[in-house]
Amino acid sequence: MSDIRTTLKAFIIDNFLFGDDNGFADDTSFLEEGIIDSTGMLELITFLEETYSIQLDDEELIPENLDSINNLVSFLSTKQVPQAQ
Amino acid sequence: MRFSKDLLQLDPAQETARIAGAVRSIMRQDLKRRGLVVALSGGIDSSVTAALAVEALGASRVFGLEMPEQHSAPETLSLSGMVAQKLGIQTVHEDISGILEAFGFYRRYDAAVQTVIPEYGSGWKSKIVTSDIMEGKGFSFFSIVAQPPEGEPVKKRLPLKAYLEIVAATNFKQRTRKMLEYYHADRLNYAVAGTPNRLEYDQGFFVKQGDGAADIKPIAHLYKTQVYDLAEYLEIPEEIRSRPPTTDTYSLAQGQDEFYFALPYDRMDLCLHGKNNGYPPEAVAESVSLSPEQVRRVYEDIDTKRKTTRYLHLAPQLAAAVPEIKLSK
Repeated sequence: MSDIRTTLKAFIIDNFLFGDDNGFADDTSFLEEGIIDSTGMLELITFLEETYSIQLDDEELIPENLDSINNLVSFLSTKQVPQAQ
Repeated sequence: MRFSKDLLQLDPAQETARIAGAVRSIMRQDLKRRGLVVALSGGIDSSVTAALAVEALGASRVFGLEMPEQHSAPETLSLSGMVAQKLGIQTVHEDISGILEAFGFYRRYDAAVQTVIPEYGSGWKSKIVTSDIMEGKGFSFFSIVAQPPEGEPVKKRLPLKAYLEIVAATNFKQRTRKMLEYYHADRLNYAVAGTPNRLEYDQGFFVKQGDGAADIKPIAHLYKTQVYDLAEYLEIPEEIRSRPPTTDTYSLAQGQDEFYFALPYDRMDLCLHGKNNGYPPEAVAESVSLSPEQVRRVYEDIDTKRKTTRYLHLAPQLAAAVPEIKLSK
């Protein structure tokens, strides 16, 4: 669980915050804080699909699944990603 | 005041005179150029912008450019020609297909689509569409719709790389047109008039250094509904006023509300006006035939687009101030 959390956090901080994690927490909303926009969401989806060899269906592209580190970790556990079990 | 569609009503004669005066003042005090170049697409916004330029400066100081390419709708040229004739302005026809070919636009575009739809090729038509924000609570994402010469359209959600490559290639069109507008403006000692209406300007529906580039944007404060009101007053031909707004950017016809806006322009105008003037969703819902919850989603989408497209409005950012250069009056 911690591996996947660490990987996701590192991706968000490196890719969207240019390494500055000032105030970024596991429950921070990417959208509300303006960290990720719609193109950024595509980047995140591509990252998830490529890193964890999964396919995301259209109906899975909702804030409850994708809008924070906590939501992502919990969503990936439902996608049978081994480290998230 | 109770919210209603009437809140968007304006006095077209008064507004035309006000804009014409503002254009003359800006030309005299800031731009110091002798006339205006306007790109005519055959759509309502460019037609009204050209007509306002004529009201401000006279037909002899307005130069129209018609710049279709091979994906443009076939009626584009006849409609823009109709406006030019009505206004009595000089125009030049610059087909930009050759320039786009030289840039590799068509090759790059097709290659990007083929990463998602491998069989895409000669004779196919396509467009990008967005998911419907009114449908649910999901993120909006983009899909490509492609239609073979004789067959049904197919739709595929776009992954990041294909999406960015398709948009980047397509932006060649707006930037090529702007390059030609500035060529003609420079040779005539004119300025360039941009044609965004308020919805497009506010919501960032333009290409940076493409159709977003201009010296003056005479209708950027007008809701699209108001642009139509001015069009009627300025006697823009009926064929243009009755045509549904399209982007005329992709080879398949694409409505602005299936690519970018949450709603057709008339209802989008009302939501934007309601939000701008502090009306809660409940007050606006009936006028736009939506539930308060749906209006709330449109309000949120307006804020999201303002945030995500802010950089399109920004001038180049400096790491430290250069106080001697003052951009505002």
